[in-house]
This record gives sequence, C-alpha cells and structure tokens, in this order.
Amino acid sequence: MTAQILFDFFVFPGIVFTAVLGLLAGWLDRKVSARFQFRVGPPPFQSFNDVFKLLGKETILVKTGLPWLFVAAPLAGFAVMSVAATSVGTALFLGRTAGADLIVLMYLLMFYSVLVVLGGASPGNVFSSLGAGREVKLLLADELPFILACLVPVIRSGYKLDFGAILAYQAAHGMQVASVSGALAFIVALLAVQAKMALPPFHIPDAETELVAGPFIEYGGPLLAFWKLNQFMMLVVFPFLLILLFWGGFPLRGLGLLWGVLKYLLLLVLIIIIKNTNPRVRTDTAIAFFWKYLAPLALAAVVLAVLGV
Amino acid sequence: MGWYNRRLAKSLWVFHVSASPCNNCDIEILDLLTPRYDVERFGIRLVGSVRHADVLLVTGVINEKVAPLVRRLYEQAPKPVFVVGVGTCPTSGCCFKESYNTVQRRADVIPFNVYVEGCPPKPEAMIDAIVKLMGVLNG
Repeated sequence: MTAQILFDFFVFPGIVFTAVLGLLAGWLDRKVSARFQFRVGPPPFQSFNDVFKLLGKETILVKTGLPWLFVAAPLAGFAVMSVAATSVGTALFLGRTAGADLIVLMYLLMFYSVLVVLGGASPGNVFSSLGAGREVKLLLADELPFILACLVPVIRSGYKLDFGAILAYQAAHGMQVASVSGALAFIVALLAVQAKMALPPFHIPDAETELVAGPFIEYGGPLLAFWKLNQFMMLVVFPFLLILLFWGGFPLRGLGLLWGVLKYLLLLVLIIIIKNTNPRVRTDTAIAFFWKYLAPLALAAVVLAVLGV
Repeated sequence: MGWYNRRLAKSLWVFHVSASPCNNCDIEILDLLTPRYDVERFGIRLVGSVRHADVLLVTGVINEKVAPLVRRLYEQAPKPVFVVGVGTCPTSGCCFKESYNTVQRRADVIPFNVYVEGCPPKPEAMIDAIVKLMGVLNG
C-alpha cells in the first residue's frame, strides 16, 4: 500500500511521468509557436537541456527581502504541482483515488498561484512585486468562472465531488461536453485554465515587455529550473483535468489509449493556438472579461446543469 | 563536466547589455530572432532578466558612466556566464577610442570570451561567434 502510494507519487502519474511529458509538451508549445511565426523552432529535447542547464548553475539569494521564502516558494510549488498531478493522474489512468477529490485539487491549484505571489513578493524587487500583485488580480479574476465551470460536471454526475464518480457517469452517459451545459462550461473552463497557467492573452503577471519576467525576475539557476518545471507540469495537469471533467476520461487499454492521446494533443494545441493568436489584455480588461462575461455564462451553465440540460 | 557543458551549449540564454552603443549592433542582434535567422533552432533565447542569462552580449564602447553598471550586471548573472563583445566598439573602441569618456581597459570591466568584428557585424558573424563558443563548450 505504501509502496503503491510512493510509486504513484514519484513515478507513474506523479513526478517523473508528469515532468517528462510536461517537458515534451513545453517543446511542442515552442515548436508550434515557432511555426506560427514561420520559424523553425527548437530541437525536440530543448526543454530537457534548458532544465538540466538551469539545475547546474549558481544559486543567487537576494540581499533584501525574505531569503527563506524566496527558496521555499518554488520548491513548495513543485510539491503542490506533483500532488495535483498525482491526484488527477491516478483517477484518470488507474481508476483509483489518491485521497483527493475536486475540492482538494481546486485548493492545490489556487495554492500554487499563492506561492507564485509569495515567491514574487519575497525578493523586494519592484518588477517582481508588481508581477506578484498582478498575479493576485489574475487569481481573483479567473477563480470564480473556473469553480463555477468545474461545478457543472459535479452537478451532472449526481452531486459527486469524487473523480471516480464523474468518470463513471461519463462512461455510462457519454461525455459531459456533449451536453449544452457541459459545452458552455468547457469553453469557460478552457479560458480560465489559460489564465491559471498565465499564458497569453493572460500573461499579465510575467508580461515580458512591461515587467521583464514578472515574479520570476530575481530567480536564477536551480530555483528558476523549479519554476520552469512547474510551468511545464501545468501543461500536463490542466489538460488532463479538462479531459477528466469534460472529455470522458483516458483509459489505458486498446483504442482508448489512442483516443486519450488525441484528446490531450488536441487540447494542448488548442491552448497553444489561443496563446499565439491573441495579444495580452490589460488587467482591468481581464477582470471585466472573466467577471462580466464568463462568470454569467458559467452560472447559466450551472443552472442548465441543475435543470438537467 | 563534459555532459553538463554539452547541455549548456544547447541552451544558451542570451542577455543583451547595452554599454553605450550607437544602437546599430542592437538592431542586428534583434535580426537574429527573426524568421530569417531564427537562433531558437540552436536553443538560444533572448531573456529579459540577467538572472536567467548564460551569455551577455555587450554592445557599444563601454564609457565611464556605464562601466560600473556593466560590472554589476556581470556580477549579478549566475555563473557560468560567457561574455560576447558584439561589434568593433567592445573589440577596439572603434572611432571613439580616443574619446574623453571611453574606458581604455575594457577587459578589466568585464572579461570577454568572444569578440565579433564588424560595424555592425552581420547576423551570420554573430551566429558564427556563438557556434565557436558552443564548439569550445562541446570540447
């Protein structure tokens, strides 16, 4: 039992699997973005080289601010992402629960944003603090539509927060996204996920033309490697979460495996296309977009789900 | 260290240090990122923060006013870090060599690893310099 938990956490749906797949997804992201700009793009194992290179560089601590928080934030973020990946992966691939349901996962994903804020605010750099402040605003903006959208599969599968129950409902009654409320919720969730990953058009915290690198400006070497790894792991956790909630799971047997891989690639490429075709929005525009348009849409989806449409 | 150096050679992140340039070399550096030259296929990225940098591209003749700042940027970069002097200015001082505000001993301000000649150097020349740096790293 303990051995299985450790294997789940460290190897298969957990750290090793998610990190390797995330690094490959990060390469796909850069390659597709490069093709969008008529460039060639980096070679396949570029992200591995980047992370290994960063791990071998010098660690520089800041003179001002809180050094312990500066070091702790990326490591805690890595732990949070690993637990999130394990809880989504075990439900999605192995049909077991890792002791976490949707509420725990929401808490973990929100806690990651809080860690970005803490890590960004710790060095006392002006750009870094501004980035941290913007991360707070972005979290405020995307959290409400994201939670409302994730409520729809919960309501439709009989008010069950357990991942297994949501997957079992979809196995019996078809994908959530095939219903009206599910489709609406999926669109909202996809855009909220884009903001949760801080990808364009919602890369407000680390806007490279305004804030250089936002919360990560003072990070270098191994600590930056952990932030990069967290961002790559998010490219795995969030699409898998969307597949779990809306697209009917990812069975590891027979044709299901092929469908699962296709679903993942489709979602990833969809995210990359949204990333490449939209310029950055302002903070107030992002908040207005999420609260004025997506939140009522998600609320409508919740009402439709309660009515059973 | 050979394995690590090969990883480093495939992932050089470049930070652009403008040490009182005339802006001509800076425009040529930006050319490297355009679809025509696309240095991202070698794993090279232009980063905005010096904490992320592996290579400092120094353009311009380093004058007395920016010399302390250039030194500080070099010290802020996590080691190992390499310094490439782009253009005739960091190499020899160009036509500003006898100016009152030009630092005469540039190598004491920041230790250069590679120089790229030209006023401004062609993007091909800069790629050649980076490839030479990679060759040294690959052994």
